[in-house]
Amino acid sequence: MAKGKTVQHLIDKEWCKGCGICIHFCPKNVLEFDKNDKAEAIRPEDCIACKLCELRCPDLAIQIIEDGEGENEKQ
Amino acid sequence: MTEKPFNFKNYIRPRFFPHIWCPGCGHGIVLGSLLRAVHELGLNKNEIVITSGIGCSSRISGYVDFHSLHTIHGRALSFATGVKLSKPGLKAIVPMGDGDALAIGGNHFIHAARRNIDITAIVMNNRIYGMTGGQFSPLSGTGKKATTAPYSTIDRPFDVVELARSAGATFVARSTVFHANECKDLIKKGISHKGFSVIEILTQCPTYYGRKNKEGDAIQMMESYKTDTVKIGSKKLEKNPDLIQRGIFVENTDVPEYCEAYDEIIQAAMKGKA
Repeated sequence: MAKGKTVQHLIDKEWCKGCGICIHFCPKNVLEFDKNDKAEAIRPEDCIACKLCELRCPDLAIQIIEDGEGENEKQ
Repeated sequence: MTEKPFNFKNYIRPRFFPHIWCPGCGHGIVLGSLLRAVHELGLNKNEIVITSGIGCSSRISGYVDFHSLHTIHGRALSFATGVKLSKPGLKAIVPMGDGDALAIGGNHFIHAARRNIDITAIVMNNRIYGMTGGQFSPLSGTGKKATTAPYSTIDRPFDVVELARSAGATFVARSTVFHANECKDLIKKGISHKGFSVIEILTQCPTYYGRKNKEGDAIQMMESYKTDTVKIGSKKLEKNPDLIQRGIFVENTDVPEYCEAYDEIIQAAMKGKA
């Protein structure tokens, strides 16, 4: 995990229209289309929580939740 | 920034979602930027009024959980002027499309700018009338294709920034949906500015403008916003003067705001002075 962050990708599949903007602009290739052509986080461990997907999602379908910074370091 | 983390669900009416905009339409990104701007300014939902006209962009007023008025085509600024004069404490925000703002509502636009009334106009420029089927708009530009211009347009486009500046707007800025964070910052500044603020945001219409003009899908259109725009006064302009400039073009705080000037008139009238 790049920064020791646990990142949750909440993707509302009902709201997602599958435009692919989040997938294209993700700097770490975290997202991909699922079998229904909706966005899905298939490599969440690579996520650096830059939130570019959340920022640019035209359907307001993505929410990035950071579960505490540096969780690995605490343990 | 406010302490609570941003969650757009606090600012929308979720029963109207998923929204009506096409897949890849940039309007949703503008909506997101607007909600983030409101959140970071720490505004109360009850102190904002969103007034909109007709068009894809104008649907925003229904999606946000603020006071909202979905009014008639092109006249959103007139309604907002009325609201603002009767309740000057409210923050008036007017999301408008390019046709709504500059064709049907062109006259209202220049007069709101001339009066310098404290309204924030967000001109969502997708260069086409999307909702009605892809007719060309006053911002389409020369040589573009549209359903009403199958052999390409001959009309020259407006420059929103120059038009707003010469009409007297005291805050004029431009950004694109690719630069969503910059959008948010400009909307924040526009809302905070006392006077008429115009923020032009270039947004893609992949369904009509993109398809007719072979500009590709939403992703390619957003990529073009990255390559075809620069910050104001960038050195890249020397090589290519056709690049579109982004940033704050006008920020003038010396001009009296309309509601305040009107209040002074009311005070003078109450004292019986001529």
